[in-house]
Amino acid sequence: MNRIDECFSDLRKRRKAAFIAYLTCGDPSLQVTADAVRTLADSGADIVELGVPFSDPIADGPVIQRASARALTSGASLSRIIDMVAALRGGGLKIPLVLFGYYNPVLRFGPERLAREAAAAGADGLLVADMIPEEDEVLAAACREVNLHRVQLVAPTTPDERIGKVAAASGGFLYAVSLTGVTGEREQLPAGAAAFMKRIRARTDKPVALGFGIGSPETAAAAARIADAVVVGSAIVRCMEENAANQDMLRRLGNFVRELADATKGRSSGSGDSSRILPAVR
Amino acid sequence: MTNRTTLPDARGHFGRYGGRFVPETLFPALEELEAAFKSAAADEQFQADLGYYLADYAGRPTPLYHAARISALLGARVYLKREDLCHTGAHKINNTLGQVLLAKRMGKTRVIAETGAGQHGVATATAAAFFGLACAVYMGEEDVRRQRLNVFRMRLLGATVVPVSSGSKTLKDAMNEAMRDWVANVANTHYVVGSVAGPHPFPMIVREFQSVIGREAREQVLRQEGALPDAVVACVGGGSNAMGMFSAFLDDPSVRLFGVEAAGKGLGSRRHSASIIAGRPGVLHGAMTRLLDDDDGQIRPAHSIAAGLDYPAVGPEHAYLAETGRAVYLPATDDEAVAAFERLSRTEGIIPAMETAHAIARLPEVAAQIPKGGIIALCLSGRGDKDAETAEEIIRLRESVSGDGDEGGPGVTP
Ligand SMILES: Cc1ncc(COP(=O)(O)O)c(C=O)c1O
Repeated sequence: MNRIDECFSDLRKRRKAAFIAYLTCGDPSLQVTADAVRTLADSGADIVELGVPFSDPIADGPVIQRASARALTSGASLSRIIDMVAALRGGGLKIPLVLFGYYNPVLRFGPERLAREAAAAGADGLLVADMIPEEDEVLAAACREVNLHRVQLVAPTTPDERIGKVAAASGGFLYAVSLTGVTGEREQLPAGAAAFMKRIRARTDKPVALGFGIGSPETAAAAARIADAVVVGSAIVRCMEENAANQDMLRRLGNFVRELADATKGRSSGSGDSSRILPAVR
Repeated sequence: MTNRTTLPDARGHFGRYGGRFVPETLFPALEELEAAFKSAAADEQFQADLGYYLADYAGRPTPLYHAARISALLGARVYLKREDLCHTGAHKINNTLGQVLLAKRMGKTRVIAETGAGQHGVATATAAAFFGLACAVYMGEEDVRRQRLNVFRMRLLGATVVPVSSGSKTLKDAMNEAMRDWVANVANTHYVVGSVAGPHPFPMIVREFQSVIGREAREQVLRQEGALPDAVVACVGGGSNAMGMFSAFLDDPSVRLFGVEAAGKGLGSRRHSASIIAGRPGVLHGAMTRLLDDDDGQIRPAHSIAAGLDYPAVGPEHAYLAETGRAVYLPATDDEAVAAFERLSRTEGIIPAMETAHAIARLPEVAAQIPKGGIIALCLSGRGDKDAETAEEIIRLRESVSGDGDEGGPGVTP
């Protein structure tokens, strides 16, 4: 069984939403990425999305654009990222890992070879930001062959009938882009998110992950109330960026992710919560 | 807007090229655009309106001018399709009038565009001003610097020019940023793609709006010479002036089609934009096409002295025409383009755009491939005012090195 399916069936039993953490591989180096992935797993992330950097990330906002540029400077590539996945699995990492990138690097690597090597290394899913089901035949077949989930995306602009079609093509779960726009944190969950989720629920029973724009415990908690999984990307990448020069970057990352994961699970975080029950004025 | 090619197929493919490689958010907009275009193309009123604007506003038909002095030098009968005489100074206006009229018909209130040389930006800003739509133009910082005049023109026309500082700071990055804007504002915004590039239906739509160039040229050459040309030549950035020209001749097997790509500092230098000649199949900006990338699939920065050719990919239909052999693609370097820029200025009194100068530079080679005295029709895609500053710098530099200011280099001399 694919680790993604296990994860969702387990969380469904416990009636909890999954917390999915995204980071860009190779930002600032693959060594740091590997440490960060372990930190994410130890801090309550249920699934990690491993961003594969691309020179022209048209679906990404400034934070992930900068991370991608740093990652490319550091020499990150699909083959080295797959090696990192294998090393993480060798070290005992258990949580599902989903590769998330753009199509040209996949094409250059070879879709069949990528599916085979990624699955063999221990990856569980593949997301491609600029690949819709209409063009996906070869890659989807290659993924099916090796039980790598080919996760598809729907957006608020996707018409109802198409939601059903994309969901049917999606493996493991369906990724719902919460807003009409590129990646990056927003103050609040987009106004239309609940109605959008309702449209999706009417057309698929697959687990649905809500992502894009979610970056705080508050927005994560709001998303967890309507989705099966909450994805946070830019805020995590920014936390790493802001603390890049800090000795305790990983600890800070862990604390931040713990808050997000707790909010997703409907638990209140220790620190944030206690400050709230203290009297406002001493 | 009719022509006899049957491609792309229903899914937007030209053979293995083309298609839609986009974030899901844009897919519905592309479907909506395709439907709107088809309905507009079948609407006589839309056609009549567009025809009127092209004639009375943009100045069509443009002349097909027999360039007698160049012809004498080359031993061929060379005709120049004078798109430089269009309003705003290049062929780009054919496409922007069409697309902005279409955007208005679709109820959009805002248009955006990417631009390299600034010609497409100016043409979009012009059409937006004319039809009363808001307009934002994305332009790489490097191009903002080398095309200052066009930046000023766009602002004068009421457009917002947004300098793009990511990546190589040129056309590719401007297109990335325009796509991001479109993803965020797709409800009220139409993205006026400036060439036969991008996801389906853009390569088809832009070709159809530019096909007026070839349709006129074909009629004009038949009228003036009583024969079809032996060769048709155009420069290829994204490939819109070339597709506009080629589309009318695709089904004339006797007409040879030549596209000229920017070879920059030379094909061996890695500092060029020759994505057909020196690239390979890949996916960028929504289409499978030929492009320049490294072994990890990262897009390599392109280079050309002509900002409008400085793009590491090409329209998918050109990739297809190259693969089938229907069109042949030749390289021209920066130096060859500058020499041709000077040569055309002196022999014909026409200062061409630096993009166009690439096509002019290959005229001797094209002439050598057709019967002596044969007919060549070249798309003079734009005028060179915008390039005067760049050319002046280069020419002054060269003269200070060689102390020889009179000879323009190889240019069109056979
Ligand atoms: C005068 C002129 N010619 C050619 C081009 C290249 O574009 P395309 O290959 O789409 O005709 C440009 C682009 O800016 C241009 O300004």
